[in-house]
Amino acid sequence: MYPAPFEYHRAASAQDAVALLGKYGDEAKLLAGGQSLLPLMKLRFAQPRHLIDVRRIQGLSGIREEKGMLVVGAATPYATLAASALVQAKLPMLSEAAAQIGDPQVRNMGTLGGSLAHADPAGDLPAVALALAAEIAALGPRGARTVHADDFFVELMTTALAPDELLTEVRFPLPPAGSGGAYEKYPNPASRYALVGVAAQLTVAGGKVTAARVATTGLATKPLRALAVEAALQGKAADAASLAAAAEKATDGLKLRAAAQMPDAYRRSLAVTFTARALTRAAKRAGG
Amino acid sequence: MARISLKVNGTQHVHEVEPRMLLVHYLREVLSLTGTHVGCDTSQCGACTVLLDGKAVKACSVLAVQADGSEVKTVEGLAQDGRLHPLQEGFWEEHGLQCGFCTPGMLMAAYGLLQSNPHPDEHAIRAGLEGNLCRCTGYHNIVKAVQHATKTMAEGTSKTAAPARTVGAA
Repeated sequence: MYPAPFEYHRAASAQDAVALLGKYGDEAKLLAGGQSLLPLMKLRFAQPRHLIDVRRIQGLSGIREEKGMLVVGAATPYATLAASALVQAKLPMLSEAAAQIGDPQVRNMGTLGGSLAHADPAGDLPAVALALAAEIAALGPRGARTVHADDFFVELMTTALAPDELLTEVRFPLPPAGSGGAYEKYPNPASRYALVGVAAQLTVAGGKVTAARVATTGLATKPLRALAVEAALQGKAADAASLAAAAEKATDGLKLRAAAQMPDAYRRSLAVTFTARALTRAAKRAGG
Repeated sequence: MARISLKVNGTQHVHEVEPRMLLVHYLREVLSLTGTHVGCDTSQCGACTVLLDGKAVKACSVLAVQADGSEVKTVEGLAQDGRLHPLQEGFWEEHGLQCGFCTPGMLMAAYGLLQSNPHPDEHAIRAGLEGNLCRCTGYHNIVKAVQHATKTMAEGTSKTAAPARTVGAA
């Protein structure tokens, strides 16, 4: 029995989960797939007195297309995202990123909402949410609200969610014709977390980049948009030389989080290389 | 304490457990199903892999209470009527183990893989077993064992043509 003792509550609905969060306050933690929380609890880095299990709440899982959005329930496992024909067709960056998280067993339990709410600085899906301009829906005692991915990741493992809010679903705007996205990752060989992860989404018209969103993970204390890369792409040709030149700016203005695995210069170099790869595949998918 | 009710290898069980009890400890210590091993204990090695509602999971990173209302399949549930499952037969025929510690997890991860992809190529087998570590074999014979199983299952030669073997027989 490694975790400290706690009480377990299986929430019957999203409203029930919010009520339980309100009741137990700071002593409660939400449990979805548990692939981050349970290892932390086994090490007693986290010792919540109450666990509120939201994994089986009806309506909190599933993938649907609705009003120009791909809407994914917060408790949808990575494996479902990776295998979904709808996601593969509409947002291949999302399915290919989900397919690279951890290992098959982790992907069967871990969830999209859990990944975003946990906000690990080396998590894969936070970068994807940024590149795809996701809208993140939350339910709390004051009702439902939506937070744009740009405003969601506040600091190291800290999000814009209030302590009494439940992340309910993520809405990904479907990009216009001529768009393409890709996720490229250099995983830690043991943990499979991203040492460097790059999510790139491009729209190309007449051979020129008309819209670009690029985000990195693993490098800083939170996932970040690579604004210098985006600016360098805007209006430029979607050719190899322009994409490579833009990728050179992958870590411009970025303060690296300390990481013992490798020297900073090498991490910056990796970021450039993986940004170039992501941009190249994104442009290809955009038809540019 | 929390009351849980779940089906393990086809048998319904009801127990009062501490909420903090991990599924792997419930299986080993309450149900005495010690085929599921605890290896690294940090969700890296996959020795504790079981199927939860048909999906391979690491039982050291799942609470027993999370499995309330679920179906669990462990390595003890693979052999039927004294006959090895084709995957077990594959590990036997292809020498897919040396010390055997990782084998239950390998078998259950492979079983989970074959549920979603009955005809994996070598790359898919290696990717499907990425969450399982083996420190003896170098993985080659494990991959061959899974290939053996997919072949015999496709040909239908495993259960019909293979000699009857009792689990544990030399």
